Amino acid sequence: RPLRSDATDSRAPPPWSPPAPLAQQHTMLRRVAPPLRRALASSAVPHRGGARLLDPGLSSPHALPPQWRRWASAAAASSLPPPPPSPPQGPPRHAGGGSAASSLNPAEVAKFAAIAETWWDSQGPFKPLHLMNPTRLSFIRSTLCRHFRRDPYSAKPLEGLKVIDVGCGGGILSEPLARMGATVTGIDAVDKNIKIAHIHAASDPTTASIEYCCTTAEDLVKENKQFDAVISLEVIEHVANPLEFCQSLSALTVPNGATVISTINRSMRAYAAAIVGAEYILRWLPIGTHEWSKLVTPEELVLALQRASISVEEMAGFFYNPLTREWSLSDDTSINYIAYGIKKSEAPSATPQ
Amino acid sequence: MTLTPARASAAAAHALLRRTRCFAAADRIRKASRAFSSAPAGASEPQVGGVRAGDDELDVAIVGGGMVGLAVACALSNMPLTKHLRVAVIDSNPALKSTNYLKKDGIPDSRVSTVTPATISFFRDIGAWEHILQQRHAFFGKMQVWDYTGLGYTRYNASDVCKEYLGCVVENKVLCNSLLLRLQEQKEDIEKMVYPTRLVSLAFPSKSRNVGVAGLKPPSTEAEELRRSNLVKLDLSDGQTLYSKLVVGADGSKSNVRQIAGIKTTGWSYPQSAIICTVEHTAENDTAWQRFLPSGPIALLPIGDNFSNIVWTMSPEEASRHKSMSSEDFVMSVNRALDFGYGPHPNSSSLDHYVERLFSDFGGTAASTKECFEVPPRAIGLISERMAFPLSLMHSHDYVSKRLALVGDAAHTVHPLAGQGVNLGFGDAAALAKVISEGVSVGADIGDLSLLNRYENDRKGANVAMAAVLDGFQKMYSVDFGPLNVLRAAAFHGAQYISPLKKNIISYAMGDRKSPLFS
Repeated sequence: RPLRSDATDSRAPPPWSPPAPLAQQHTMLRRVAPPLRRALASSAVPHRGGARLLDPGLSSPHALPPQWRRWASAAAASSLPPPPPSPPQGPPRHAGGGSAASSLNPAEVAKFAAIAETWWDSQGPFKPLHLMNPTRLSFIRSTLCRHFRRDPYSAKPLEGLKVIDVGCGGGILSEPLARMGATVTGIDAVDKNIKIAHIHAASDPTTASIEYCCTTAEDLVKENKQFDAVISLEVIEHVANPLEFCQSLSALTVPNGATVISTINRSMRAYAAAIVGAEYILRWLPIGTHEWSKLVTPEELVLALQRASISVEEMAGFFYNPLTREWSLSDDTSINYIAYGIKKSEAPSATPQ
Repeated sequence: MTLTPARASAAAAHALLRRTRCFAAADRIRKASRAFSSAPAGASEPQVGGVRAGDDELDVAIVGGGMVGLAVACALSNMPLTKHLRVAVIDSNPALKSTNYLKKDGIPDSRVSTVTPATISFFRDIGAWEHILQQRHAFFGKMQVWDYTGLGYTRYNASDVCKEYLGCVVENKVLCNSLLLRLQEQKEDIEKMVYPTRLVSLAFPSKSRNVGVAGLKPPSTEAEELRRSNLVKLDLSDGQTLYSKLVVGADGSKSNVRQIAGIKTTGWSYPQSAIICTVEHTAENDTAWQRFLPSGPIALLPIGDNFSNIVWTMSPEEASRHKSMSSEDFVMSVNRALDFGYGPHPNSSSLDHYVERLFSDFGGTAASTKECFEVPPRAIGLISERMAFPLSLMHSHDYVSKRLALVGDAAHTVHPLAGQGVNLGFGDAAALAKVISEGVSVGADIGDLSLLNRYENDRKGANVAMAAVLDGFQKMYSVDFGPLNVLRAAAFHGAQYISPLKKNIISYAMGDRKSPLFS
């Protein structure tokens, strides 16, 4: 598995290397799930300015199942323009496409709105997030400190950095980031979450300066907002179109900025642990929180980010020890994993390669 | 553009909350978020509505400025991640104003502690050990333990585990003074850090403290109230009020903090009291001696120069009799207890030598297995007052609760027979400082219960185990029953002649191992 050895070998980030040559990408893509491969294929062909990853001889969009077809056409039509913006037939399609073009999925939004009050109850449905939080934060701290050349022993290493937490929920991640000195913006699709986050953050002076908005990544991109670090944890498995979502995250990142994404792997072990174990047996999460078919594997995530001009530098897995009831970072990305990438420093060229 | 989402969400929050009873909260948030909207982006100061956190708002309030409380303060001020935290020590003890080394001449205080090498390395890490070296202290490299039956003895030597010393005996006031001096080196405004008063009451954050009058106060006061409703409120005896994110209860076995927090304890009193005093010899003592007598152990510990400290555990009636007798009688009694009284001197037999040779194949012979029994040095005079203390075992059910952590004797007390009590406390201090530092590194709220639980999980196991071992020893040695005496004798012989077991025991007592038998 070439990707894993590249990304997870050592804690020091490997030097940025240009995207793998076409043949190697071809081999890697063979392991990608067929629906996603077709989506990538169909959207790769008319995509302006992106690398042509695949042989256009692969299956045409018409062979796709209905929902994928909609993704593929939407992705093709509303291809995200590189900054500075000069979209082709983008905007009218955006307005017309509605939910297909944005990353919101009404069913997913409703799922989270139902349990919004329990965000800060560390024994409630968000207990796994609370337990996992220190581990994810230590990964974020170490990668961002290295990326921005900050002193790792400083109490506020992220001082002066603009950070956005996409899908902030009740602010479980935003508040520690603010305590580490960052200027944090938190966005979420569920309005209730934003209200709860606002109220909870107001009680501590260091977190009271967090700016919370009920909006989506796409809307912020339209407003031309950019941030030094874009962090989106446990969100990509709930969005309607992961590819689009990665493009939005990339557009929100300044060139040479950092992007951190975490999610659950689409593997048998993850099905057993995160769905059967966490939802049905341990009852940590309400049943139906995660759908196995929407989970994203590390390979798919890396490819999606690569297409969005972000090169993944480091990846780590999370491992839960039921005896000590603690999460820790590990090299095993088969269940939960987190990836850190750097946005390319120059705009992608307009001519296809 | 930046302001619209914030204002919109703030207005939405206001609208939502207006419908509930928390009108006051809604007003506060509306005004507070208006303040945020106009604040410049990238402001990193802890300002709410333009007001800084006040001088009476702390990060850590340590109630109790004894050895363990000062150790927590010192450890926090020494670690890079926690040195910026606002820490205060609340204790009315005038000794906390000292700024000099305590003189080495003069009579050693009777209240001493034996610090293990694990504690010594903790002190070195926080930079306080060099101050102890400038004041009176006594390293010892040898130890002898035996009992009144004369059936067995054990000698321990630091060279058994390739170390230079088994421990160091230091007066408690010297330990406190060294920590205080180190704190003074690190913080210029040490006077602001030490509050020379007592704690009167504590109020933990709860929903009922959120109530405020709506709309009549300026936004800065409302924001301040909102902030403070999330902190612990400490009322001091001089009328001041402090607010803190975390309260550390380091105020001893009768902890006020623990009682206010309602944390229950388990324990029992031992039917014993301890008499402590300082005696003089003709020459320097370099060994720690402990003899188990029928009513309790007597320990003779070197304290420096020709002085030794005595800790003699006995029944309360005996204790009051020994306390009131004349000094000459007392000295004679001490010499009798350490030497020829109550039973004969132990010797070794051929079985012991056989066992020694057998076990020398496993990991080599410890030097002390070859040492013969020695009689402790005679005491020639009593030079301090005799003090008596009742002994008990106590362990808190919880070490932590929301925004509260207990350390040292406030969390647990043990029998002094192995000199471990304050070392457990210093272990607590080191563990708590480490957990707070880990919390700061991931941006956690340091009063968060899940963070503090990590400190409890780390220390509780070790403390309960040590308390159980010591309690077991105390019970085993307080019964004079033939078969049990022989069993104890066998234990002595085993610990003396089985080298691997001896090394394990020494390492456990020194704090280098977590368990005496299994690693």
